[in-house]
Amino acid sequence: MCGIAGLIHRGKSSNVGNELQQMLQALKHRGPDSTGYALYAENEGKNFIMRFKVGENVGEGSSSVNEDESVYDERKKLVDSMLSDLGAKIIKEDRLTPYSFRYEMDFDKDLMEFSKKIESIENVEILSIGKSLELIKDLGDAKVVSDRYNLSKVKGTHAIGHARMATESGVDIKSAHPFWGYPFSDVSVVHNGQLTNYWNNRRSLENKGMRFMSECDSELIAVYLAEKMRNGASLEEGMKESLTGLDGVFTYFVATKDSLGMAKDTMAAKPLVLYESDELVAMGSEEIAIRSILPQEIDTYDPFDGEVKVWQI
Amino acid sequence: MANLKTTTSKKSKAQSMGMHTEVLTGRTQQKFFNPDEAENFYYFGTYDVDFNKRTDLDVKDMTAPEANKEIDNLMSQGFGTIVIKNPQGKHSIGVGILNKLNLIIEGSLGYFGIGSCDGPVVRINGRVGWSCAENLMAGKVVIEKNAGSCFGAAIRGGDLICKGSVGARTGIDMKGGTIIVGGDAGAFTGFMMQRGRIIILGDVGINLGDSMYDGTIFIGGKIGSYGSDAVDSKLTKSDQDWLKRKLKVAEIGENFDVSKMKKIVAGKKLWNYDNLEPTEKKGAI
Repeated sequence: MCGIAGLIHRGKSSNVGNELQQMLQALKHRGPDSTGYALYAENEGKNFIMRFKVGENVGEGSSSVNEDESVYDERKKLVDSMLSDLGAKIIKEDRLTPYSFRYEMDFDKDLMEFSKKIESIENVEILSIGKSLELIKDLGDAKVVSDRYNLSKVKGTHAIGHARMATESGVDIKSAHPFWGYPFSDVSVVHNGQLTNYWNNRRSLENKGMRFMSECDSELIAVYLAEKMRNGASLEEGMKESLTGLDGVFTYFVATKDSLGMAKDTMAAKPLVLYESDELVAMGSEEIAIRSILPQEIDTYDPFDGEVKVWQI
Repeated sequence: MANLKTTTSKKSKAQSMGMHTEVLTGRTQQKFFNPDEAENFYYFGTYDVDFNKRTDLDVKDMTAPEANKEIDNLMSQGFGTIVIKNPQGKHSIGVGILNKLNLIIEGSLGYFGIGSCDGPVVRINGRVGWSCAENLMAGKVVIEKNAGSCFGAAIRGGDLICKGSVGARTGIDMKGGTIIVGGDAGAFTGFMMQRGRIIILGDVGINLGDSMYDGTIFIGGKIGSYGSDAVDSKLTKSDQDWLKRKLKVAEIGENFDVSKMKKIVAGKKLWNYDNLEPTEKKGAI
């Protein structure tokens, strides 16, 4: 089933970490397996922020194989060494859990080549890279993940998130949403639905050099849009093309460093409720997500079938 | 009843061919509606209520089952007008009301609001989520703002009115009653409807009336596309009179020019009784 939520403050910054946590917690019944946040945070804007993992959460409910934590340290050393070889200078590093890290780096070369090399290390995955995107995902509900990664005080302009019920792939971090729009910095996607032409599209995109890290059908949307943008399409153009290029039922959100978009398939089979004002756009799979941050009476509506919308900060 | 007994006692052609010979057990329709037993009739979950007896119910800190039980409790105390405060998009509020009742909801509902009801008059001052008033048997439900998808799914009767716009699959599988929408409607409006009427004053999306079995759809605006077996029909004078009356009663589009509305019905090309029940059809003829 899955639940998705997103919001964008236009012209100002807000406590998006806490707001998104409330929205996703209200949707917990739609997806109890894992929760993911893509927060577009107030950072200095000079350095790249890379979030990556060197292993999986093997806690209760996980479908991952248990590993000795010592392998995490070995993989981290390999990452550090690779970063040095690639000319990236680590300015600040945080170990958030035994298996996940946040690095601030000085780096100005090709991201695609960079990502390929880092991810060539066994079980290492870049969750996100960019100058404002902070992508966090892990097993557990919204509050559990928010507390684990200390997200409640993160300020920013916009955010998207996902409460996942695993249906198409395992209960693990690599299959959790949001997905990073590799190789574009600061692009993330969340999805509710099922894509039925996943393998055809995946084969085609892999032949064009695009990278898939999971077997989750939703990852296809991020890669599909990234490939369109790589060929010169705007975000909105790519999203409109996805209505016919992707088969199945879907409602998805995509965010970039300065925009937030939504698309709904032509069957309108997946729910979405939307609130839109001059200051704030908030949307979610169910109205209770919006009500969790806007308890006062407001006007909301369901976008129609085949609708694509993009908002700027 | 006497005539009915005579009719049922006569063997039909199908029965003479060896079909439908099973013996029904339990309470039959004939027994259930026997007027001699009228005094024993009891419609479970109904109460005598006084519409002038009014109360507020704040559901802010209640779950849906708690709120619905409290509505039932208030009806059992004779309250005929109940005002729900702070619904805040909660799901499944106001379901299973089998009673005459004035229910006023000050705010918006989530999914499955006012489902499986028979008789109440409900006014919702906000918006409703998916599947509002699903399986409505009788009564009237008025939504002041917008509604989500599957609005009025499988309703059997009553009037369901949305003054704003509605999502996809409005009136899916409906078997009676009337749905009236003041704004636009999404894709697959009237999908697989079997009876009843849908009135949309604005535009509708693709696949209007797809696979509709019967019933009528009236559209005031543009049509995205027709669904399989949905065809245009002539808008008659009596149709227009009915539309005017209905829109007036619904407090919506009273001055709307109904003469320009399009009328869509089932082409009945998908009816395939010849394949499914050949002997039955011959028997009926």
